[in-house]
Amino acid sequence: MAEQTTQIAHPLEPFLRKTTIPHIWCPGCGDGTILNSFVTALKELEVNLDKIAVISGIGCIGRIAGYTNTDSFHTTHGRPIPFAVGVKLANPELNVIVISGDGDLFAIGGNHFIHAARRNIGIKVICSNNFNYGMTGGQQGPTTPLASRTATTPFGNIEHPFNLVHLAAASGAVYVARWTTLHVRRMTESIKKAIQKEGFSFIEIVSPCPEIYGKASKIGTAMDFMNWFKKASVIQNFSDPAQAEITAEKIPVGEFVDVEKPTFEKLLREMTAQAQGKVTGGA
Amino acid sequence: MSEKNKAILTGRHFFSGDLACAEGALAAGCRFFGGYPITPATEIAERMARRLPQVGGTYIQMEDEIASIAAVIGASYAGLKAMTATSGPGFSLMQENIGLAVMTEAPCVIVNVMRGGPSTGQPTMAGQQDVMQAKWGSHGDYEIIALTPSTVQEAFDLTIEAFNYAEAYRVPVMIMMDAIVGHMWERVTIPPADQIKIVNRKKPQVPREKYAPFKPDEDLVPPMAVFGDGYHFHATGLTHDEEGRPRTESIKTQQTLVQRLCDKIRKNADKIIQIRETMLDDAEIAVVAYGIEARAAWSAVRKARNAGIKAGLLRLITLWPFPEKQVAEVAKKVKTIVVPEMNYGQLVREVERAAKTTPVTFLSKLGEEPHKPEEILEAIKGGKH
Repeated sequence: MAEQTTQIAHPLEPFLRKTTIPHIWCPGCGDGTILNSFVTALKELEVNLDKIAVISGIGCIGRIAGYTNTDSFHTTHGRPIPFAVGVKLANPELNVIVISGDGDLFAIGGNHFIHAARRNIGIKVICSNNFNYGMTGGQQGPTTPLASRTATTPFGNIEHPFNLVHLAAASGAVYVARWTTLHVRRMTESIKKAIQKEGFSFIEIVSPCPEIYGKASKIGTAMDFMNWFKKASVIQNFSDPAQAEITAEKIPVGEFVDVEKPTFEKLLREMTAQAQGKVTGGA
Repeated sequence: MSEKNKAILTGRHFFSGDLACAEGALAAGCRFFGGYPITPATEIAERMARRLPQVGGTYIQMEDEIASIAAVIGASYAGLKAMTATSGPGFSLMQENIGLAVMTEAPCVIVNVMRGGPSTGQPTMAGQQDVMQAKWGSHGDYEIIALTPSTVQEAFDLTIEAFNYAEAYRVPVMIMMDAIVGHMWERVTIPPADQIKIVNRKKPQVPREKYAPFKPDEDLVPPMAVFGDGYHFHATGLTHDEEGRPRTESIKTQQTLVQRLCDKIRKNADKIIQIRETMLDDAEIAVVAYGIEARAAWSAVRKARNAGIKAGLLRLITLWPFPEKQVAEVAKKVKTIVVPEMNYGQLVREVERAAKTTPVTFLSKLGEEPHKPEEILEAIKGGKH
């Protein structure tokens, strides 16, 4: 007896650019989880997709801009933040979201990160931190743990890694959170919060790279990563970001910063109004 | 005073080239400037910092020149006419993202007030040492447009035209202004707003579902949607098809895209290229010069004429696309060509290529001073026999 089948559209389909999918990511990669969380956040917030711009840099996660059904731009390596700054200042009505990797945002693009945070420009930065340069074959990067083996640290990494939430907090971000791809619900909630927040927001997502980093570092498969995240993650909301270093034993997660501070756009608006003579009392 | 009137300061002014350039940008409709302080271009940033807020625009000093050009491309994609201004070291830092602007067809204007290089070189001294970098500085095959003013008035006029070209062809346009023109003060006349020709980028005429962001019209230029207008389009520095989708393994897509990016400039070269001919009709010797050197050359040509030598001047306003045809036509008429430049031999190579068998004499000048008219005159006399 022939059964009747009906095709039901995936509930997240309107948020994805179908023509660019399937994606390029390896099995077990955390980037798909981040994409899922991100578009789920868009769906749950019922935002106007016309006013969302997704900007990415170069690297595995950099392809995410092409997968979201919004205006999107895949920039050069390290430069999604200054590009996003230009978009945001040209049209402050847009919700401008940078999604990129640890190497893109904190090695080649590190200078842009600290200055956008310092200025408190209202862009949101989501970092997929997979501890290495996955796309180029697994080289050491600015978040690779000390002593870890990668393609370019065959005798173990001798560089101290960045503690990204500490860096973001010290640079002036008004919202800072860290989750792993195990914390799908909490990650989604943080993304929703960041999207709604005025000012520079930063979310670090610790993400598995089983095909490349997992092999070199001997962490292992995607399941091994998940088990590590489960075992090592400790929710420490609003604890000192300086103490939130990621180690093999402990991954401090949670919200670390949630404060209010005038945004660059607000100060720019006020200054412009004054310059145009619309406000009395100006010079 | 309306915003437009505030932006266009109709009347006579006494400006430096840098200030004229900033005012030209405002008159052209530039409403975003992202830059980083650098001698001898800083006066452009300072002027924009003061003037943009008055007309509702945005000035931001970025953390470096890489960020400056990235922000300019972002602002362009969000719908504004955008510009940055720099000098040699900053221009070098911008090169990768100039390639991004070419690849994603982001209209934008980059001013390079040229000083002496290489490296930190002579920050306060003028040069014409970046004219080849303007064309070849970023990797891959591409075409851009580069203009060079010889007067302060031209710094104003050409900056407006630079925006018009950028919008018409969706390409980065460079103003290559030697620091002498950038820093010298002359009279500038700013015409009434209705006498200034303004070109704006083509907008898509199709609904969102049918919009292919990199599908060109007959002129090889695709209409450009703006972020926030609901088109939900994607742009990438990767080789991409007309939909904007990465096609990193398609030979055909690479050929089609790269050829179109070059051809939209090459095939429109006759419409783009601007030159000025002086006393060339019966000339036996031509001086080919640009920027401040063209003024010395003009004086030399007049002196030569007074001495009974049939000399003429071909002044290049457009450096890129190179006025190959125009140089070739002059080369056919004259016996010899003299090229004075404030570098150690750059655009002269293009002149030689276009001149074919006509002999070319190159005059090099390094350091602040351009050639004296007498020095060019000597070369003209040397080429006479």
